[in-house]
Amino acid sequence: MFLELFFQYLVAGLTYGTIYAIVGIGFNIIYNTTGIINFAQGEFVMLGGMTAVSLYAFLPLPLAILGAVIITMAVGGLIEMVFIRWLVKPSVLRMIIITIGISILVREAGLVLWGEGVRSLPYFTGNEISALSFGGVRVSPQVLWSLGVCAIVVVLLNLFFKFTMLGREMRACAANRDAATLCGIPTRNMITLSFVLSAGIGALAGCVVSPITQTQYAIGSGLAIKGFTVAILGGLGNSMAAVAAGFILGILESFSIWVMPTAYKDAISISLLLAMLFLRPSGLFGNREAFKLKDF
Amino acid sequence: MIVPDIMPLLEVNNIGKRFGGLQAVKDVSFSVQRGTIKAVIGPNGAGKTTLFNLVSGFLPSDTGTITFRDTAIHGKEPHQIAGLGLSRTFQHIRLFSHMTALENVMVGRHVKGRAGFLAGMLGLPGTRREDQAHRDRALEVMDLLGIAAFADTDATSLSYGQQRVVELARALATEPAMLLLDEPAAGLNMRETADMAKLIMKIRDRGITVLIVEHDMSLVMNISDEIVVLSYGEKIADDMPLAVQQNPHVIRVYLGEDDA
Amino acid sequence: MRTGRHFHILILLAAVVAVQLLTLVAGKGFYLTQFTMTAYYSLIIIGLCLLMGYAGQISLGHAGFFAIGGYTSAVLTTVDLSAYKGSALTGILIKLSLLTGRQDLYGGQMLSFHPWAACVVAVILTVIIAYAIGVPVLKLKGHYLAMATLGFGTIIYSVVLGTQKFGAADGISSVPAFPLLPGLVVSGAPGLRVQNFYIAWGLVACGMLLLLNLIDSRVGRALRSIHGAEDAANAMGVDTARYKLNTFVLSAVFAAVAGVFLTHFNGGIGPSEASIMKSVRYVAIVAVGGMASLWGTLIMSAALNFLSLRGYFGSFDDAVFGGVLVLIMLFSPEGILQFDARTMVKKLFQRA
Repeated sequence: MFLELFFQYLVAGLTYGTIYAIVGIGFNIIYNTTGIINFAQGEFVMLGGMTAVSLYAFLPLPLAILGAVIITMAVGGLIEMVFIRWLVKPSVLRMIIITIGISILVREAGLVLWGEGVRSLPYFTGNEISALSFGGVRVSPQVLWSLGVCAIVVVLLNLFFKFTMLGREMRACAANRDAATLCGIPTRNMITLSFVLSAGIGALAGCVVSPITQTQYAIGSGLAIKGFTVAILGGLGNSMAAVAAGFILGILESFSIWVMPTAYKDAISISLLLAMLFLRPSGLFGNREAFKLKDF
Repeated sequence: MIVPDIMPLLEVNNIGKRFGGLQAVKDVSFSVQRGTIKAVIGPNGAGKTTLFNLVSGFLPSDTGTITFRDTAIHGKEPHQIAGLGLSRTFQHIRLFSHMTALENVMVGRHVKGRAGFLAGMLGLPGTRREDQAHRDRALEVMDLLGIAAFADTDATSLSYGQQRVVELARALATEPAMLLLDEPAAGLNMRETADMAKLIMKIRDRGITVLIVEHDMSLVMNISDEIVVLSYGEKIADDMPLAVQQNPHVIRVYLGEDDA
Repeated sequence: MRTGRHFHILILLAAVVAVQLLTLVAGKGFYLTQFTMTAYYSLIIIGLCLLMGYAGQISLGHAGFFAIGGYTSAVLTTVDLSAYKGSALTGILIKLSLLTGRQDLYGGQMLSFHPWAACVVAVILTVIIAYAIGVPVLKLKGHYLAMATLGFGTIIYSVVLGTQKFGAADGISSVPAFPLLPGLVVSGAPGLRVQNFYIAWGLVACGMLLLLNLIDSRVGRALRSIHGAEDAANAMGVDTARYKLNTFVLSAVFAAVAGVFLTHFNGGIGPSEASIMKSVRYVAIVAVGGMASLWGTLIMSAALNFLSLRGYFGSFDDAVFGGVLVLIMLFSPEGILQFDARTMVKKLFQRA
């Protein structure tokens, strides 16, 4: 019985861990190309989930998800082009405030469009009560869906950055923007692309976990903090580590319910964030020496 | 050669600093006598600025000791070192924006003041008197360096040469026992460089010891009492200007490569 | 300089009197309630302005300090200790007049802390928490500082929301009035509206005077120098870490005092006062006011808070602040008073 409960918590932790990991990766993609922490990252997840729910009213599920991802990508690109693109060497403080403002605007737009109601997509396969049994541990197929999608996203992203011209150009842009510009890489477009990309994977994550975690207009800011925690845990800019960190955070949170009231669940992850920032801001897997040379 | 009959004001012993794979400063020792001008020169990348940052506390050293006024200062914070009477300027001018030239110099009076948050908020007569005394003292320093006319001008809107002098005034306002100047002639034209040389000697004549890191040989040769030459992080000479100029090792690594 | 400072404070006081007379003449006395609340929010905001504009440190958790002040005061003044009346400690507290008796809603006799005692405890608690959180947080810069303060704010929010002692989602109500001095009472009672309007704005005027003095003092110059060039400030002997920390604590105290007073004025406090959106709103107003401009910030705070409290922004309240934040940072990062339409148009055309 104890072991069974243990595994149930573990599975729940992994599910939430997936979405934290993907938000964390979203942070990293934009941070790598621009040096900006996009505080509106969590809003992409919300937009993806909510749009998919709306589209599902008249489209089959796969098309609704595809549509939601594309629309969110467009919104992400639009945000970059309208608000970010034309700023000349903005200060960090200015960028923080602008992206916070954007996140509020997107969230309020979500409120106007969809109201305060909690929504969710149907389970991709089966329903709420269908479960696969692994040696007595019951796992919802949706959990496998989200784990699978997370794995595919990570693999594809890695392939993209390593083996495609575009991905390489984005990495060049991250390493040294001025040098990349001199090499003829359209760095401004790369930045737009990074917003599009991170909006896209955020939206996809929002769709996949929506049946389990549900979606509401206000989930973005909470996810942003969790995602940032994950990005910091893994070391800012390191996407693979963010996945590991996402699972660590998800599982920690899940098990914290055992010892503390649910109301304090958020406080756990944020305390973890603060502890990391204070003790080891380069991340669990990061290089301290290299971190010191970064300019914030 | 100055006979070291008294304890030197600043003593650097076997100081070293490594950045990853690069040994920026290696086992450097030298001392500065009270009331003299000492220069540290060397080609680009010789470790001059690193050495300077080690002395002023902006970088922690890996090895060695630094003693200033008989106090060990390695490992101390920059503001503590400044409080002991060792004041510095920057190679790239760092004036405080949105503050007038006078206010900039008045920040230099910080170490001489006492008023804290509460006193500042209440603005009691005693605090105001203290503030006025610092204002007067700052103006005196600016007058000495010939920039009193710009007192109420926004510091960052002054010309480059004037900004250098404001920075110097700010460092002097701390009433230091020793002044560290990081490439004071960088970006100045010949006339301004000559003026700067005069100012530095004027400062020395007021009893303030000066340590200069400089790329511009003409400035250094004329005003220094002693010169330390660095190459690839190591000290290769430490002598009077004439002797340094004739040192074959120095000519090879420095003058031979740099036509300054 | 000094005369100018006092002159501006006098203008502020004159404007306050003018507003009161206007509402009197126009028969809109009830507007004073929102003006009073505006004053208390302005108190947090000018404190935050010192931190952001002069010490150059962002805090996305200032609503947390407001809540610490407000909730501490609310808890201490509504707790009923009459059951412990016999104990020695309670006896001592009564003798020191730290505890006062009063009637609760149902006419029962209750014994709780005097608002002054509660206020002092609230401020001391805030100072302790601000120091404890400030020491590690202020070592961080940029995004890290923003996220850490945001995290702090979120923790405070989830603690007040999740704790029964703090009334969870309902907050704490029936907080008693705060008798400041004989004849001066912080209370939302309609009969005391004018008095409270003046108490609140008097507090703001005092706060402004203190901060304006500070900015033009040795400490103020040190703070501005940190903002201008931190390493150079350090080289001039300014203990930058300590100054940032003290400013953080000072601005937290401003927030806590505002929290205490507004809680007594409103007769209660709820978790929404601790929410991140509130913190963001304060940052927005400081940004609109021009960061390093106490007067600009105060003017913007008065205008935006009043409009918001009167409900002019309707259900778009948060959206208005989000929009304001983005627009100001895009087009006029030096604050709305510095907005230069001509250069802006020129820039746009150059781009096109």
